Amino acid sequence: MIVRAERPTTDLFIRDVYAVDVRAGLDGPVDVLVTNGEITRIAPAGQLDIEELDGLTLVNGEGLHLFPGFFDPHVHLRIPGQGYKETIATGTASAAAGGFTGIVAMPNTNPVIDSTAVLAGALETARKEAVIGVGFTACITKGMSGSELSEMAALKDLGAVAFTDDGKPVADAQVFRMACRYQRLTDMVLMLHEEEPSLSGGGAMNEGAVSAALGISGQPNIAESTLIARDAAIAGYEGARVHVQHLSARESLDAVRTARSQGIQITCEASPHHLLLTDEACRTLDTHTKMNPPLRTETDRQALIAAVLDGTIDCIATDHAPHSRDEKALPFEQAPFGVTGLETSFAACYTELVLKHGLELSRLVELMAAGAALVGLEPPVLAEGRPADLCLVDLQRTWTVGEGGYVSKSANCAFDGMELQSKVVLTVSHGSIAHADPSLSLDSTSDPEPTNA
Amino acid sequence: MKHCISIADMTRDEVELVLERAASFQGISDREIKKVPALRGRTILTLFYEASTRTRSSFELAATRLSADTVSFAASGSSVEKGESLKDTVLTLAAHSPDAIVVRAPWAGTPDLITQWTDAAIVNAGDGKREHPTQALLDLFTMRQQLGADLEGRSVWIVGDVAHSRVARSLIRILVLTGVHVTVCGPPTLIPHDIGALGCDVTFDMSGIADADVVYTLRLQHERMTAAGLLPSLGEYAARYQINHARLSPNQVVMHPGPVNRGVEMSGEVVDDPQAVITMQVKAGVVVRMAVLYELLAGARAGSPSTPIEMAA
Repeated sequence: MIVRAERPTTDLFIRDVYAVDVRAGLDGPVDVLVTNGEITRIAPAGQLDIEELDGLTLVNGEGLHLFPGFFDPHVHLRIPGQGYKETIATGTASAAAGGFTGIVAMPNTNPVIDSTAVLAGALETARKEAVIGVGFTACITKGMSGSELSEMAALKDLGAVAFTDDGKPVADAQVFRMACRYQRLTDMVLMLHEEEPSLSGGGAMNEGAVSAALGISGQPNIAESTLIARDAAIAGYEGARVHVQHLSARESLDAVRTARSQGIQITCEASPHHLLLTDEACRTLDTHTKMNPPLRTETDRQALIAAVLDGTIDCIATDHAPHSRDEKALPFEQAPFGVTGLETSFAACYTELVLKHGLELSRLVELMAAGAALVGLEPPVLAEGRPADLCLVDLQRTWTVGEGGYVSKSANCAFDGMELQSKVVLTVSHGSIAHADPSLSLDSTSDPEPTNA
Repeated sequence: MKHCISIADMTRDEVELVLERAASFQGISDREIKKVPALRGRTILTLFYEASTRTRSSFELAATRLSADTVSFAASGSSVEKGESLKDTVLTLAAHSPDAIVVRAPWAGTPDLITQWTDAAIVNAGDGKREHPTQALLDLFTMRQQLGADLEGRSVWIVGDVAHSRVARSLIRILVLTGVHVTVCGPPTLIPHDIGALGCDVTFDMSGIADADVVYTLRLQHERMTAAGLLPSLGEYAARYQINHARLSPNQVVMHPGPVNRGVEMSGEVVDDPQAVITMQVKAGVVVRMAVLYELLAGARAGSPSTPIEMAA
């Protein structure tokens, strides 16, 4: 179940915008009419005759691109319990600033979302505060302890969209196997943080030349890839559906490909920071480069980019993980894992994947929302009769990350200070304006035109 | 030099400057009055988040011989678990306007972080398993005393637990920087993946140790080794890697950062043999740390009143 706050809608007439949406078969200039929260008309640019402009807000789409709203299946909203890092209001506003109209929140909150009581509270808060759609995952195991299954069936009935112990693996093979079996009652995907704890052993970064030079314990690639291989085998045996979160190591791609070739139902996501950065960024011990899984080597990064291009990666997911300034103002080994990424996700991927590696723009747009389907939800589509979940992007604009601060409550962005190309200028969620860049002029036709005296 | 945090940040010229300065301070320790007024009126704080007697007293002795005032802050482990505590501790210390803070902490990068919160010069006395730059400087100083100023092309073997050793990381760096050929040797479980990226050779086999001009032995923190699954037994370690007379030739220089586990990484006989220069290293520690403190506080640093070196020499 996706929930959002009830917010006033704006009727929009977006003129002469270049629309890209593979699912709708769109790739060209269009005019779009949005009324009462829905896309009511789409026509080739210049062919939409609107007789009654009164009450419509006009958006000049010239030079801009229109995409279906993005969907992120991996976000930490920190509610309940950690409102000093992020709230549903600030987290969804941050997502809207990145063009997202739907996100999925992780359950490793305080308390964790492993019971209907806690889930009900989170849904309630989202119904009041969320400026875009939010779905909540619930824990696979009670207390994320990895030992006892949560009440998955009841949690599904209340509205959980998937199950995950994100932040931790389900390390015990038998517990994981039982989760795969129990999944049949819910038909919901298990989203997996794959890290064999006996191999990762408290490592604060990737194991390699950089960790050797810094004397910091590293997590080897095989900590991720061996657990993926194990879980794929168990899921295959039990006929379960699994989704690998934030895949980072080249060996993990081999594990996923092998499992798929055997017919195992396995999908995976990649995060922008793993696609743009490597463990070289950790040399300065800047805690904004510390996340889990860690930044890997250039070889891994190139393998991950190739996997986006060849379709091995099913969707882009940010793993947006806000932390307060004080929490990150610690020595590298002491600081918590995690970086923010909602506001930079599209721009980072566009700059790296489209401009540098030749990914088709339409494919990136598809990947930015493909996470919805993976958790059993329909991605937004630019089509008449569909909810108006869309975003407008200026693909020419370059900006420096963090230059104007962040919409998120936290500032621990891995791309801070980096120059990126493309900026989201308008995000509309179910017809309500969730984000509007100050550069965008929204002319309301109902306002009287200033007259010359 | 604004800080002395890592050998990775130092140029060869800076290393030479410190070692030349250290050489000029050598006579002071042998005088009846072991003190010069070079840093009179300066305040040096030591902030140690880890137990240490040797390094700390070496720094305090160095500061005292330069007539600086020293104050020690021993931070208990529990008070620094939270970030605010580290930051607040440093802000509190910074309020006393120290000229330098000597810091040791169990986490890599702690000295770098502290520079954000104080104007004092920061000296790294060991951060996690990353660096221990003054140890590397004093080790190079000692090697030059033994083998002459030009070590270009000489061979140094570093033997033992490289994985957990900040001493090894700084030493490899300073030796590579000054043209020395470095080989690290130890059991595979105690040699990190990719340590060769620092510019050293890696071997698990002691048979080539006769090539070494200097055999540098690392301390084995043996209480952790078997429990962590890193070594099957101390006996097996000693049988393969212990530095003893069966493995050494008399002309090789043997070094150790201390404290030594006699009979574990090094035999007692070698410790007591003149070819082991461990006490020379301790002695060098004071003059090298004097040199570091002097360069940071009275050297070329902007805004600091410079003290003529003649006063010290």
